[in-house]
Amino acid sequence: MLTTATAEASRAGRARARDADSSISIALAGSGGSGVMTAGTLLLNAAAKAGLYGIMVRTSGPQIRGGEAAALVRLASHPVESLGDKFDLLLAMDWQNVGRFADEIPLEASSVMIGDPDEGEAPEGFSHSGARYVPLSLKKMTKAIPGSWPNMVALGLAGALAGILAEALEAALRDSWKKTDVALQANVAALRAGIAAAAGIDGPPKLVPGDAPSGKRWLISGNEATGYGAIRGGVRFVAAYPITPATELLEWMAPALTKVGGTLLQAEDELASINMIIGASYGGVPSLTATAGPGLALMTEGIGLAVSAEIPVVVVDVMRGGPSTGIPAKSEQSDLSFAVSGLVGDAPRLVLAPTSIADCLATTQWAVQLAEAMQAPAIVLSDQFMGQSRAIIDQPAESRLVGKRLTATANTPDYKRYRNTDSGVSPMAIPGTPGVVYTADGLEHTEGGIPSSQSRDHRLQLDKRERKLLQYDYGDAWADIQGDGDGAVITFGSATAAAREAVARTAERGIDVRLIALRLMSPAQPERLVRALEGVTRVLVVEQNHGAQFYRYLRSAFDLPGKPASFHRPGPLPLRPGELTEAIVQWWGQ
Amino acid sequence: MNDIASCAPRTAQSYKSSYKPIWCPGCGDYSVLSSITKALGMVAVPPEDVAVVSGIGCSSRIPAYTSCYGFHGVHGRSLAAATGLKVARPELTVLVTGGDGDGYSIGGNHFLHACRRNVDLTYIVMDNHVYGMTKGQPSPTTEPDWDSKLSPGGTGLRVFHPLVIALAAGANFVARAFSGDPNGTAEILAQAIRHPGFSFVEILSPCVTFRPEQREWKRQAHPAPVAATDDPARAARRIMTDDGYNIGVLYAGDRAPYPTTTGKSKRSPADLEVEFEI
Repeated sequence: MLTTATAEASRAGRARARDADSSISIALAGSGGSGVMTAGTLLLNAAAKAGLYGIMVRTSGPQIRGGEAAALVRLASHPVESLGDKFDLLLAMDWQNVGRFADEIPLEASSVMIGDPDEGEAPEGFSHSGARYVPLSLKKMTKAIPGSWPNMVALGLAGALAGILAEALEAALRDSWKKTDVALQANVAALRAGIAAAAGIDGPPKLVPGDAPSGKRWLISGNEATGYGAIRGGVRFVAAYPITPATELLEWMAPALTKVGGTLLQAEDELASINMIIGASYGGVPSLTATAGPGLALMTEGIGLAVSAEIPVVVVDVMRGGPSTGIPAKSEQSDLSFAVSGLVGDAPRLVLAPTSIADCLATTQWAVQLAEAMQAPAIVLSDQFMGQSRAIIDQPAESRLVGKRLTATANTPDYKRYRNTDSGVSPMAIPGTPGVVYTADGLEHTEGGIPSSQSRDHRLQLDKRERKLLQYDYGDAWADIQGDGDGAVITFGSATAAAREAVARTAERGIDVRLIALRLMSPAQPERLVRALEGVTRVLVVEQNHGAQFYRYLRSAFDLPGKPASFHRPGPLPLRPGELTEAIVQWWGQ
Repeated sequence: MNDIASCAPRTAQSYKSSYKPIWCPGCGDYSVLSSITKALGMVAVPPEDVAVVSGIGCSSRIPAYTSCYGFHGVHGRSLAAATGLKVARPELTVLVTGGDGDGYSIGGNHFLHACRRNVDLTYIVMDNHVYGMTKGQPSPTTEPDWDSKLSPGGTGLRVFHPLVIALAAGANFVARAFSGDPNGTAEILAQAIRHPGFSFVEILSPCVTFRPEQREWKRQAHPAPVAATDDPARAARRIMTDDGYNIGVLYAGDRAPYPTTTGKSKRSPADLEVEFEI
């Protein structure tokens, strides 16, 4: 029931949605097995076919499999990287445990909730938003079409209410079909029933399709983009242990590596994975592992070995809520401190962070290239938000950035594996090469690789390992910089998407700030940041963790103007453009 | 490969490095090192095509004492490093050396899974029932009543039985050797290197510093009374009922080694893009 006041709010809300960014946000939620992920994926596929852009974020309860699940979809006629502030439409297959998503699926008075009245009442968490409830007997509609599934009715409903043409929806369904034709016919009928039902619903404003994009577009998840970036960079060996939310990255890479002549090996644990890739890379094959916080914790001794023995490896950390087992299927940027400083001894390492789903490809490819060039470990900080979300993106530019290692030529006279060169990088002998054999060692060593506890050798090798990372020319890719205001928002990783949207909104309100998203987190590039901050008097650091890890890191390793401010908040809820807009406005007003 | 050195006949000497080993006088590892270089001389793979991988401990120093490529990694992880190396570079001959603490305690999980995985490696454990490098603490193969500062009065723990565990976990070749018989050990090692899949050789190698009573091993060790079997059940029974000093190849199976897809396809990464295109 709508009161007059909420009806007015609803109209106002609709007008806002149209003007602001012409995107539509749809949540498909239900118990595990209700097929919401399939419906969400097909909705995104259909949007792609219809010439739209979009993102789909997966969310589930702590049990990962079998509990409640939701597909959070945002569609627009322009590229979108983050979720919106509110959802225009919530489509619930059932209400069983969907109430647990009340925080993750914020509604407003102009929102519409569609739910099956036979599956119970809409939870308070949703209804108090004033959103309009439209009961619809999804199960009964499905029963009327033998062999069909309720999630396909939901797909029809959601697609039609978003403004996607029936042809695109049907094409997406047909393309995905692997089962019998009879079942396909039933589900096409279910889809059409959903589309028909949508016609009778006074839904949120539909998307106005823009001009069809001219270039080629991809539908890709952050995990897939990371995996493909690794292969483009030259990775041909992966060893890993399954862990949420990195598993899909590995599952994508397993067959992909076989196709390009590489191998993926499932290890017994993360201690094994890191040492396996170190062994493979010692053998001359660019190697990678992917994990999440708990696995990264186990890998620290191995990463230290890669530092000491100067063996290039790439470790992708798809960050999730921590500490310990934490919140496995939810995003958080809380492994930063660990990544930049969490090794024993003085252990220089590379740490990179992709700034978007699409950028997972370029940043991982770059990480492979850097690791190989400097014979050092590189940690790539992705996260659950980017990793497990799928997005429609413009085809990334072709890049021939391939890892190239300085190797020793056969029979080099007086070959020394850890020779103290000007660049700090010394030619690495690859097993099979005669006349340059050596022993790689995690013990401190002489230039020739013989264990040594002499202070001279220790200083020499510490300097060498530090120098090779500090002297390298990282070029312009160290950060994404946009705008030229006298204030700057500095962020990294998946927080960049929401921050970018917030900066665009505050610009409309007359607050011009620069956005600086660091891609190279370590080694710190203080001179580069100083140049990027020229003319800036105020800085706001934005990140998704409880301890303001990025803010503290920036303050310790960089020079920031004025009194830097911090906006930090832990997961599991994603950072939203609206809250960052408020944060910027507040900071600006101080 | 086309230089004169690589065409010369290979002897044990071809596999020795110029570094003088640092071990206590009387350590069994001296003769194990010599058996390893002898065995490599028998197999005659060019030294640069051999990698010797180890973890941490007295016996883990062996890689640098050979003229092969060496990898001296972290404690307990040698099998993992060797697995990655062999799967990524299948044409190399990969040996893994270490001790009982490195292999059966901190590296115990990797030992189990290396046996299961059956990658074509040769794992040589110099077992002296003690942590020697840290000066005398009980290892998984130490007798339960062996007194030490760290575990006064003994650990009270049942002794780990590496051979039967290797067999149960799927090792494709299981042998026991004794450092006091370097020629016999070299023969066993050469067989182990040639045998496809995961070959495990447990070498009784005394630590005369912390376990002087192990000098008795030379009187206790004796050749296994029967030849190797390819029947794991029979091998297990023999291993579990022998006196612990049966020397020889105890099991030689024919399980196919872990397959690798490395280098089997040359398709371009760009071929993978099709699945992303809309």
